[in-house]
Amino acid sequence: MDSQAIATHPDHTHAGHEHPPYLRHHFATVEQQRETSSFGMWLFLLTEIMFFGGMFAAYMIYRNWYYPAFVAGSHQLSIVLGTINTAVLICSSFTMAMGVYSAEMRRKSALVMWLLATIVLGVVFLGIKADEYHEKWEKHHVPGLNFSVQDFVRVNPAYPEDKALPLDMAEKTQVYFSLYFAMTGMHALHMIIGISILIGLVIKAQAGAYTQGHMTTIENFGLYWHFVDIVWIFLFPLLYLISRHQ
Amino acid sequence: MSEPTHHEQHIVSPKLYGVIFLLLMICTALTVGASYLELGTFNAVVALGIAIFKATIVVLFFMHVKYSSKLTKLTVAAGFFTFCVLLAMTLTDYMSRAWGRW
Amino acid sequence: MSTIVSLPDQSTATMPKRSYLNAEYGLKSWLLTGDHKRIAILYLISITFFFFIGGAMAGLIRLELLTPQTDLMAADTYNKLFTMHGIVMIFLFLVPSVPATIGNFLIPIMVGAKDLAFPKINLLSWYLYLAGGIFTLAALISGGVDTGWTFTTPLSTHYLNTHVITAGLGIFVAGFSSIFTGLNFIVTIHRMRAPGMTWFRLPLFVWSHYAASVLMVLGTPVLAIALVLVILERTIGIGVFDPAKGGDPLLFQHLFWFYSHPAVYIMILPGMGVISEVISTFSRKRVFGYTAVAFSSVAIAVFGFFVWEHHMFIMGVSNYSALVFSLLTMLVAVPSAIKIFNWAATLYKGSITFETPMLYAFGFMGLFTIGGLTGVFLGSLGMDIHLTETYFIVAHFHFVMVGGMLMAFLSGVHFWWPKMTGRMYPEGLSKLAALTTFIGFNLTFFPQFIVGYLGMPRRYAAYPPEFQVLNVLSTAGATVLGVGYLLPMLYLTWSLKYGKIAGPNPWQATGLEWQIQSPPLTENFIETPVIDYEAYDYEWLANKTKNEVQTVG
Repeated sequence: MDSQAIATHPDHTHAGHEHPPYLRHHFATVEQQRETSSFGMWLFLLTEIMFFGGMFAAYMIYRNWYYPAFVAGSHQLSIVLGTINTAVLICSSFTMAMGVYSAEMRRKSALVMWLLATIVLGVVFLGIKADEYHEKWEKHHVPGLNFSVQDFVRVNPAYPEDKALPLDMAEKTQVYFSLYFAMTGMHALHMIIGISILIGLVIKAQAGAYTQGHMTTIENFGLYWHFVDIVWIFLFPLLYLISRHQ
Repeated sequence: MSEPTHHEQHIVSPKLYGVIFLLLMICTALTVGASYLELGTFNAVVALGIAIFKATIVVLFFMHVKYSSKLTKLTVAAGFFTFCVLLAMTLTDYMSRAWGRW
Repeated sequence: MSTIVSLPDQSTATMPKRSYLNAEYGLKSWLLTGDHKRIAILYLISITFFFFIGGAMAGLIRLELLTPQTDLMAADTYNKLFTMHGIVMIFLFLVPSVPATIGNFLIPIMVGAKDLAFPKINLLSWYLYLAGGIFTLAALISGGVDTGWTFTTPLSTHYLNTHVITAGLGIFVAGFSSIFTGLNFIVTIHRMRAPGMTWFRLPLFVWSHYAASVLMVLGTPVLAIALVLVILERTIGIGVFDPAKGGDPLLFQHLFWFYSHPAVYIMILPGMGVISEVISTFSRKRVFGYTAVAFSSVAIAVFGFFVWEHHMFIMGVSNYSALVFSLLTMLVAVPSAIKIFNWAATLYKGSITFETPMLYAFGFMGLFTIGGLTGVFLGSLGMDIHLTETYFIVAHFHFVMVGGMLMAFLSGVHFWWPKMTGRMYPEGLSKLAALTTFIGFNLTFFPQFIVGYLGMPRRYAAYPPEFQVLNVLSTAGATVLGVGYLLPMLYLTWSLKYGKIAGPNPWQATGLEWQIQSPPLTENFIETPVIDYEAYDYEWLANKTKNEVQTVG
């Protein structure tokens, strides 16, 4: 019995399509390959939404429970640094988008330049974040490792109209800082992973890998980078801003 | 090749990227400014509203969803929907846990 | 109603010269392969390994429960045993069981593609699985974990000194393996279908895998973040779940069960896909209500995200919320019942034959129904308070997972064994194994319903002497069950070399995978197939066979 006796369509497979070297064997067309990997990337981002989603759910619940502690906690963050970091990250999203555009236009040096700019901005963001973390450590605001309720049982000099928290509520600022470190930490981890990948991309882009028509990798990485930006777009108001007034 | 995927790959112009970039920056300034105003509960509403707006334009333009297939749009919507399920269904517990206790 | 199909004469069948098994040789050609079929075999070997590890622990648990006293092992050891049994069986066997092996092998072929969309990610997912397995084994060897497979806080974060972090990392890594498998399936089903393969021509196996994959992609990351927070709490002492710092231990359970309830459907849905294929093939009828069965898979997946709190009714959640979740839980019974009824309707007036896969499928239908109905008991608020944390719930989920999923897994392995290896297994012996499994299973777990209803709590090494008779029955049944699982392992290995040659379509099934040679070529199809017939069209198959005989003769 001929095992291949199903109806086939002989001129469908290869005829009529050029076969560029980057077309993997199991795809019929370049278009199919591009659509497929982009869809795969979006599904991966879907898992990322749910990964961060768990922490956002925790934030929402605890903010309702321990509102005064969350206010006092967020008053310890520097709005200036937070705003600068937001601006830095938005700039890096813009440079990334321009990188994708350069790849589409097949301009190699522009692509390398925009990717390098993205790396620099990403590093600046992490530097500022590290400075903030360092300040938290100095002020004993790291739950578990180095925490003291001192700053919360007395009036915060920067916010003289705030009342000092009773001791049990002051203890709850640990929940705020736990979430602060978990959320910004996971975000920073994503940035570090992103920058590491970017370094690899720059090297390959320098060799001309993404400016000869095949730029799915750059596009997909762009999606990842913008996603990380979006996470910060939500973290910034939630952690720094919305509790400024009681 | 199963679903018709014949739309042309849309290239977003640098000009549009620039406009979006400016919008994002303005929104950041707005949201920081709004946080200094005394709006009561609306502080949170305004901040989240601006954040959602910013996220939406990033998704639509920087991430090209506006020009993408229905499938991509559906994927984004599915993520948002499931996240809402997580929030809403968890809240049913936290909202009503103390009812009738005091 | 049904088409009479005569099985082909297998004495003339020959092994194809070229196949995915002999395309390349050497260990490296397996360990670095991108071929979904080879990765499926790698998965099959590794999950079998973990199945027998988990099974050995189950054996020890049953042996300890032979007598009311704690005599075989210390209570501590017993705690570790049932924890590791749960972790290994759920995360390293049940979750990847059907999808990563049979699904990996068949989904590209069923949709008419040459491979999964991302072959390298598929291989990566196997390595992640292995890494997760190694972490779990490391936790086991270095002394085990005794939190229960649920890692319940604050027990797991504060009160135990066992290897929670190692095991947690293992599950975290294995979770990503499962995410990547699911992601690959969804993309493949959407983007890689052959011309003419419309959504409603897809086999139901593909539909159920699609639904399970959606759950893997959306649910698993929530488990991942919950475990990350537990690990951070143990290592540096952050306070998200720690009541001393203001955290809520129940929040961990919310996040955990947000994944782990859908995970139950991740485990059972692929099995339901297998059953649809097997029932249709051996009654030679199109699955009754194809569309309803297809959409019931999707409905199970969607409802799966709305019911998780029924695992927490007695943990101190809000009564009002529990009421809502209890009502929503009843919804899940609807699509599950649709499936069972439609399978029964498929059998009606079919020309049924009783090959081994069909025997396992019958086992599935019966045992899953019992497991599902007892789930309704547990989903109702009042009953749950009495029955949860007793052996009733242990029996319930073993009926669904072992009686349901494991039967479906064995059914699928037997059904597609000729396709995977090109050889048949010994028919008589395999029927004996199916029967042994069924008898052993019922003997093991049915007494547990009774003993649980009478009030024997789960997770204790000792129990009051009046429960001993039922426990002895259960342990005896576990021995029979063990034999039932060892048998297939032995004769399937034997058949690799000595089994009769199967030929391309030994069951006269209609699926696309049966129209190509067995074992298939590395690229599955010589030319891209064009599908011009509906799923389960036995008329089409009969005509096709007739035409072939004429042209050959």
